[in-house]
Amino acid sequence: MVNFVWLGMMVIGVVVAGFNGHIEVVTKAALEGAQIGVQVALDLIAIITFWLGIMKLAEAAGLVRALARLVQPVTTFLFPSVPKEHAAMGAIVMNLSANILGLGNAATPMGLIAMQELQKLNRGDPKTASDAMCTFLALNTSCITLIPTTIIGIRLIYGSADPTEIVGTTVFATAAGMTVAICADRLFRYIYSRGR
Amino acid sequence: MFGIVSDLSRWAIPVVLLLVPLIAAARKVNVFETFVEGAEAGFATAITTIPYLVAMLVAVSVFRASGALDYMVLLFTPVLSAVGMPAEVLPHAIMRPLSGGAALGIATDVVKTNGPDSFIGRLVSTMQGSSDTTFYVLTLYFGSVGISRYRYSIFSGLTADFTTLIASVYVCHKVFG
Repeated sequence: MVNFVWLGMMVIGVVVAGFNGHIEVVTKAALEGAQIGVQVALDLIAIITFWLGIMKLAEAAGLVRALARLVQPVTTFLFPSVPKEHAAMGAIVMNLSANILGLGNAATPMGLIAMQELQKLNRGDPKTASDAMCTFLALNTSCITLIPTTIIGIRLIYGSADPTEIVGTTVFATAAGMTVAICADRLFRYIYSRGR
Repeated sequence: MFGIVSDLSRWAIPVVLLLVPLIAAARKVNVFETFVEGAEAGFATAITTIPYLVAMLVAVSVFRASGALDYMVLLFTPVLSAVGMPAEVLPHAIMRPLSGGAALGIATDVVKTNGPDSFIGRLVSTMQGSSDTTFYVLTLYFGSVGISRYRYSIFSGLTADFTTLIASVYVCHKVFG
């Protein structure tokens, strides 16, 4: 699937640029994209290192397991293939909590830890996403946000009378997205496994 | 309501940084050693994502710079205007899953041009706040553990994005319309 999307963007991009008579933008755009990719990864080093340290501490203190146990009924429904007491559950819960609070730079490292733990449980091909990973990413990309910090800041800059008035509509829209994400994940998994 | 939520957000990380080491110490954990032990993997994890991020961002960048994205906007205009979506916010809707920076740029521009308290300004704010950069998140998360076969993940991600978009339009018409 990702092969198809990737190839499509590349081929259509180059063809359209050529057709519009500005083929020179392709090389520049490609190198700029590569630059951004490396920059993002480098920026992540500090954040990930820091949060991995904190997570290890939380784990050693037994806090991650306690938190995971708290929301166990929900997580066992969403992730039937992950053992109840597994470290992956703790990391998943931490990631989703950070997302809900709008703490983007804490959410990403927690999410990457969750992926590492889920990869340990991946009994299939290590290059292919497991069911639990697909569910986790469906939730992660559509997670409910209580505080959309960035856009509130922008509304403030441009003189909104009430910058936070969009919080309610945002929560509604994310809740709808998250519900559909969970259903779509189950539905596509069913279709995909039948297609094999 | 927002005050409480906003305070919660501001306090969350400092409280974590206070409580986690304290509780660990109370349970006889060597706090410094344990932190370092965990942090060790940070560099490798971040570096592993480079090839995946470069691959995806190169494709997105070429697709956008070539003007192909603008054609996609033209293609989708009739469909989305049928559900009550103003043309001004369409580029944002299409850019959102692909590029976080570009979508934020568009949202900023729309808020600036139309005013934050106009219907369009409120709609684009809701759209920006309620969705994530699906392609980036998938590439980063899968890339960090070396997964290159995403199965149906892109489908479920985009289905959710589309739902969020329609829900944003619906709720903004109801609340602000």
